[in-house]
Amino acid sequence: MAKKQAKAEAAEKPEGEVDIAKQKAEAAAKAKAAALAKKQAKAEAAEKPEGEVDIAKQKAAAAAKAKAAALARKRSKAEAAEKPEGEMEIAKQKAAAAAKAKAAAKAKAAAAAKNRAAVQEREEVNTHSEISPNQSKLDQIVSAIESHVGQGALLEHYINRLSKDVPTLVANPDTYFSIAKFLRYDEQLDFSYLSELHGTDFESHMEIYVHLHSFKMNQSVALKVKLDRDTPVIPSLVPLWSGANWPECEAYDLLGITFNEHPDLKRILLGDDWKGYPLRKDYEPYDVEV
Amino acid sequence: MLRTEEMLLNVGPQHPSTHGVFRLVIKIDGEIIKEATPVIGYLHRGTEKLAENLQYTQIIPYTDRLDYLAAMTNNYVLCHAVETMMGVEIPERAEYLRVIAMELGRVASHLVWWGTYLLDIGATSPFLYAFREREMIVNLLTELSGARLTFNYMRVGGVKWDAPEDWIAKVAEFVPYMREQLAGYHELVTGNEIFVNRVKGVGIYTKEEALQYSLSGANLRCTGVKWDLRKNEPYSIYDRFTFEVPTREEGDAFSRYHCRMEEIEESLKIIEQAVEQFPEGPVLAKVPKIIKVPKGEAFVRIESPRGEIGCYIASEGKKEPYRLKFRRPSFYNLQILPKLLEGENMANLITILGAIDIVLGEVDG
Repeated sequence: MAKKQAKAEAAEKPEGEVDIAKQKAEAAAKAKAAALAKKQAKAEAAEKPEGEVDIAKQKAAAAAKAKAAALARKRSKAEAAEKPEGEMEIAKQKAAAAAKAKAAAKAKAAAAAKNRAAVQEREEVNTHSEISPNQSKLDQIVSAIESHVGQGALLEHYINRLSKDVPTLVANPDTYFSIAKFLRYDEQLDFSYLSELHGTDFESHMEIYVHLHSFKMNQSVALKVKLDRDTPVIPSLVPLWSGANWPECEAYDLLGITFNEHPDLKRILLGDDWKGYPLRKDYEPYDVEV
Repeated sequence: MLRTEEMLLNVGPQHPSTHGVFRLVIKIDGEIIKEATPVIGYLHRGTEKLAENLQYTQIIPYTDRLDYLAAMTNNYVLCHAVETMMGVEIPERAEYLRVIAMELGRVASHLVWWGTYLLDIGATSPFLYAFREREMIVNLLTELSGARLTFNYMRVGGVKWDAPEDWIAKVAEFVPYMREQLAGYHELVTGNEIFVNRVKGVGIYTKEEALQYSLSGANLRCTGVKWDLRKNEPYSIYDRFTFEVPTREEGDAFSRYHCRMEEIEESLKIIEQAVEQFPEGPVLAKVPKIIKVPKGEAFVRIESPRGEIGCYIASEGKKEPYRLKFRRPSFYNLQILPKLLEGENMANLITILGAIDIVLGEVDG
């Protein structure tokens, strides 16, 4: 982008010296405006919440780029003004190349800084920030669960800002099935669609992640449960959603999580005589021939 | 009376109509299927395990090998998950290139399905027509990405490189041509009495069953559920295009056929609009060379030709994911097969299996 811009500007340059003076003034004005914009953007960024910060940042980056380009242009023009005709071309090219390189370097540095900041920011966003549009839905679901399944049925509940603001419920192993059953059959909630089920080995514990969807509420919800890593046992969801059948087999196959009441829990992807559970972090491949 | 006895029959794993390495053990009594047990995993390559030791950009080529008939959507779902977590803003031109590539992929994927499905149930020539048109799409995507099927085209923050000169014009030319051919397909097959008799009323399930079994894509829409993530949970720039979500009420193989054929038309509409609006600009956002995803987890889902494809990432803030999981639509869609086959006539086996439209690379991960 910056390179292109510098190039375009280099190509545009007129020959006449009157024009040069004019352009010089223009460039100076531009640079000034860019600096101002940058300042402004920075000030705005400081005040603004998450969404707008990105825009402001981009604006600032763009302004910085423009400034760099303008600066380079100004310098090349100043040089050009002093030099005779023949040398001018070379000088011009040199200046253009220098401007290009400089702008590119600057843009790169700005981008890197921006992204470093962005990562930090995202991490902060996930812990504290303004209210999510899904907060009311989360509250509705949580209060329904607490009044029907019992107080303390949920270990935790929060909005996962990293995952498109999905309301996330963390259940006890004891209440996991009853919460799932409530979500499935409650008339207001009606989470009739199981979108995804899988397990993860977090080393300190095993975790099941279930992504449910309610067409009635037009809302997804993530239901999670933490299991003991040495004896990961949990009731199966197949009685509620038949679609949980194979995903549960997969979690059993690759992670060794046992699902009680599952109609046909088996190794679904690996061979029946496979040793160990490959997706566990401490898995050692077992090969008889080695 | 003739004595009959139950017999075990092995279909696959090496059988052309399974479109890959899929095995089905069926118990038959005469011509009637008593029980069917799918056996999968022949193509399991441990993508998720491998991904735990790879950087995000290095994982993209692995996604090509899941659903190898529509690899662009697989590329996209991974990039989309990473971008969602990082909060990257994608340049306009990149978004358009992605959408055009994904929709071309959808058309190509449906064409392969159409051709091979008809081949499975005994019509040879449609296969040749479908692959002729599909080859044109493959050529377009080759020009774009450098590979025929395993594109590895998308990147976190945009796409690998810009489209070659005139590429957009070629895509624009392809759209009306494809429309014309599609009309021909309908003339050739859709009203054909033999075909209709083979597929109409076969492999029926209800809306409730479809939801119960977590079906998605045309398999869900054929029961009347108007659900398409491009419309209902818009991602990328899909909210800018006018298109319909084709549905049917019957829930049989013929309705799935209709849904897919109409989806081709809708995809062409999207491509047409995208080509018209195609903007100038960069094709890759400024992202660091080594991508690190913030600590946390995310699950995103998008609409692939086969249904809902999802990607879950658990990150510890490192350059590799702590855990990567793909929600593979074919894997979920195939679960209903034993139920559909129970009590069915042997001759309907392939009709029902084919109508689900599975890709084994995706089933097995």
